[in-house]
Amino acid sequence: MSLKTTESETPAASGEAREHVSLNEGLIFEKSSPGKRGVELPPLDVPAVDPAAALGKAFARDAIEGFPEVSEIETIRHFTRLSGWNYAIDLGMYPLGSCTMKYNPRVNEHVARLDGLANAHPEQHADLAQGCLRILHDLEKCLLSITGMDAATLQPAAGAQGELAGLLMIRAYLESQGNARKKVLIPDSAHGTNPASVIIAGYEVQNIKSNERGQIDTDHLREFCTGDVAALMLTNPNTLGVFEERIEEIAAILHERGALLYMDGANMNALAGVVRPGDFGVDVMHLNLHKTFSTPHGGGGPGSGPVLVKKFLEPFLPIPVVRHDGKRYGYDPKRPQSIGRVRAYCGNFGVLLRALAYTLAYGPGIRQATEDAVLNANYIRKHLEEYFDLPYELPSLHEVVFSDARQRAHGVNTMDIAKRLIDYGFHPYTTAFPLIVPGALMVEPTESESKEECDRFIEAMQAIAREAEANPELVKTAPHATRVGRLDEVTAARKPILRWKP
Amino acid sequence: MRYLPKSPSERKQMLDATGAGSIENLFQSIPEKFRLREALPLPGPLSETEIIRYFQARAAENAQGYSSFLGAGVYQHFRSVVTDALVQRGEFLTSYTPYQAEISQGTLTAIFEFQTLVCQLTGQDVANASMYDGSTALTEAVLMAERITGRHRVLIARSVHPEYRQVLHTYAKNLGLAIEEIGYTQSGQMNASEISPEKLADAAAIIVQSPNFFGVLEDVPALGKMAHDSGALLIGCIAEAVSLGIVRPPAEADIVAMEGQSLGLAPSYGGPYVGVVATREKFVRQMPGRLAGETRDAQGRRGFVLTLATREQHIRREKATSNICTNEALCALTATIHLCLLGKEGLREMALQNLAKARFAQAELEKIPGVRRVFSGPSFNEFVLEFPRSVKLINAQLMRDKIIGPLPLGLHYPELTKRAVVCVTELTSREEIERLAAAIKRILETPL
Repeated sequence: MSLKTTESETPAASGEAREHVSLNEGLIFEKSSPGKRGVELPPLDVPAVDPAAALGKAFARDAIEGFPEVSEIETIRHFTRLSGWNYAIDLGMYPLGSCTMKYNPRVNEHVARLDGLANAHPEQHADLAQGCLRILHDLEKCLLSITGMDAATLQPAAGAQGELAGLLMIRAYLESQGNARKKVLIPDSAHGTNPASVIIAGYEVQNIKSNERGQIDTDHLREFCTGDVAALMLTNPNTLGVFEERIEEIAAILHERGALLYMDGANMNALAGVVRPGDFGVDVMHLNLHKTFSTPHGGGGPGSGPVLVKKFLEPFLPIPVVRHDGKRYGYDPKRPQSIGRVRAYCGNFGVLLRALAYTLAYGPGIRQATEDAVLNANYIRKHLEEYFDLPYELPSLHEVVFSDARQRAHGVNTMDIAKRLIDYGFHPYTTAFPLIVPGALMVEPTESESKEECDRFIEAMQAIAREAEANPELVKTAPHATRVGRLDEVTAARKPILRWKP
Repeated sequence: MRYLPKSPSERKQMLDATGAGSIENLFQSIPEKFRLREALPLPGPLSETEIIRYFQARAAENAQGYSSFLGAGVYQHFRSVVTDALVQRGEFLTSYTPYQAEISQGTLTAIFEFQTLVCQLTGQDVANASMYDGSTALTEAVLMAERITGRHRVLIARSVHPEYRQVLHTYAKNLGLAIEEIGYTQSGQMNASEISPEKLADAAAIIVQSPNFFGVLEDVPALGKMAHDSGALLIGCIAEAVSLGIVRPPAEADIVAMEGQSLGLAPSYGGPYVGVVATREKFVRQMPGRLAGETRDAQGRRGFVLTLATREQHIRREKATSNICTNEALCALTATIHLCLLGKEGLREMALQNLAKARFAQAELEKIPGVRRVFSGPSFNEFVLEFPRSVKLINAQLMRDKIIGPLPLGLHYPELTKRAVVCVTELTSREEIERLAAAIKRILETPL
């Protein structure tokens, strides 16, 4: 097994149980042996066809070289063992700032698998898809209520695609007014997807600096918000977990000059039930259903990034648009000003229905989830501010951002602290983001953590702060309790090995 | 509330510790005039029982117990209960993007296996960790071809999935990318004679789908030669991945954009699915999306990390190869487990069954007076038929027999009214095919 060391010294000799079967699971291809399989199909009930004769020799292929051949039990053991190498919300706290790793309710998984829903084909006639269409329509209504916006599309497959769809709507609207304009303003604290999406929408990025309080500098905004600015993309609360106090003024500056306010709703978990973006001047926003609305992150996706807009942008929504005429659900056939289609079919339906299940579970009580999320972040902040530098002291909402300034004096940086946190049984917080905080430690506990779990996290962070002073080497070489140590990322990028070969 | 792990007294203790005095004070940074004074008018709260009842009622409003002959980009194939049991393990389901490699080796190893399987299926050198779906994978492949060639015009077959083409148009509109659509011949294949040397001279890529939207296999080697002779790339799109069990992969393509829904994912009314971009090794640094790579730790133990991240938005921001961040990792895991279970023999057998059943269905339906096959090119599990009357009318009558008929082509191809694309998979029984043929025969025998 290639997990063993390449040197002659065996890890087993050091007392570590590196020979344990579940730690030494190889790749599925390495377990393969000709003739094994994990699936048997029912016998063919029509005459067999020779592929070379039916397709023509030029179109037929032989067996796929190197494809796995394993039995059912081997497949089960392989992936069960692999799963054990992952951290997960089901195992413990996941304080990743800006990622909102909250509990993923199990009933949502159950309902997504109901036969009439999981097996619905996106092209089946609307008369045979009334249940799906109603789910989409009901979710739309809930999201509009929570955000205070007027119209929505559930099409985008993730937040970044939502950003693009929102920007394309802004562009289409401005074009309809006679001038698409050229630039989109992005604060330096923004997520990387914001500027990347701006480029695909055909705009230029104009970065703007935050002020010393980590907020939008309104004088600066006035200066940059010229006639060729289409919009400002604002994350609110921002990536410091702080509400933009001058939001009304920001919206007014933009609107006076004919520019629009786009809100990145990645941090909506701080606002749901407490305040509605539609009330404070937002024209377009997206939500990340895999954050605020609890759909499972699944190791990187699927997500869903609905976009919500004010009335004047409604004609520009991507197709298809679901409508209810009082009797029946269907698709709106006439959308002449639509930006077009951003994804095939009607969005990540399976994710959307989970988000609806989540919203229905809370109802108006969603405010309690928001309050608990904010309470957890403030509780953690209070207990850690003596140990870690707090570069911006404005009140925190759902997350708090520290810096490693004090620990750096001992040669320990945020990544080291994050890796040491793994040894204490926690997933790391977000490191080195936002960019306006050098050596950031960005902590977002979410409402899913009990007092007990928060206390454990606080104790772990305090212990690491002490270790950084007393024994920095211990922290710098962490993690010590994982199956593999820190991996050589430099070699991985220089000489990429991106697939198994025999 | 059952999802919230705090008692009232714990809340009070925690609030006291913050020194804020009240929950309301925690929100003091939000201007008071905007803070809601009343509860939102949302339905709920619902218990678990009520949530299940709500969704059961919605499921009952959809088609249930119907035979379906719809494909057209979304396919109903066998899915093992084993796959779903593994995918639902909390360690996979509830984990984050594997940026912290030491505690994400499960996801990273599975991505590495997924990338390998996609390379084996498509005949390409490298594959990414997933895109949203086939339509956006195709668009990203086009943007990639534009970056590689420095050219800003593409030629796309009209036989490419119409919604994929629509998505490409949406993205291309503001990027100065010109799109020219190329028609099809009587074989149902891309009409190569429309591609003149002048059209190719400044083209970034020829884009072709195989099997295409009509179910017909395209002559990929010939199109590859044509593209390469004039410095363009060939982009091969695949919407029905099960075909790769017996159909030669688009090895001449420089970039493959694939929808992986057929590989173990439920139709789920349109998503989530799993797109993928695969390419030649030399183009890897122009790829969009995440990539897992093999490496070692200080002790020499093998492990996997996300790599070549300098292409991505969280590092490169406005200079990134794509804006994609969240992808479809869990769907990629599903496809990985599904393909491991099927294995070399199972995938081939599944593909052979699709081919045999489609040929049987085609023969049965062609026996009906007035029904004829439209395209002569080789096909896999879908084929286009012409009917003597409107497919919409036929389908409306089929619904009464609990049959979802084939997809009418008239909406996307005005010249193809009265034509529909029929899909048959290994899950379609002989009896269902015979029932469809009998029902259509009866419908057509009834005067309008």
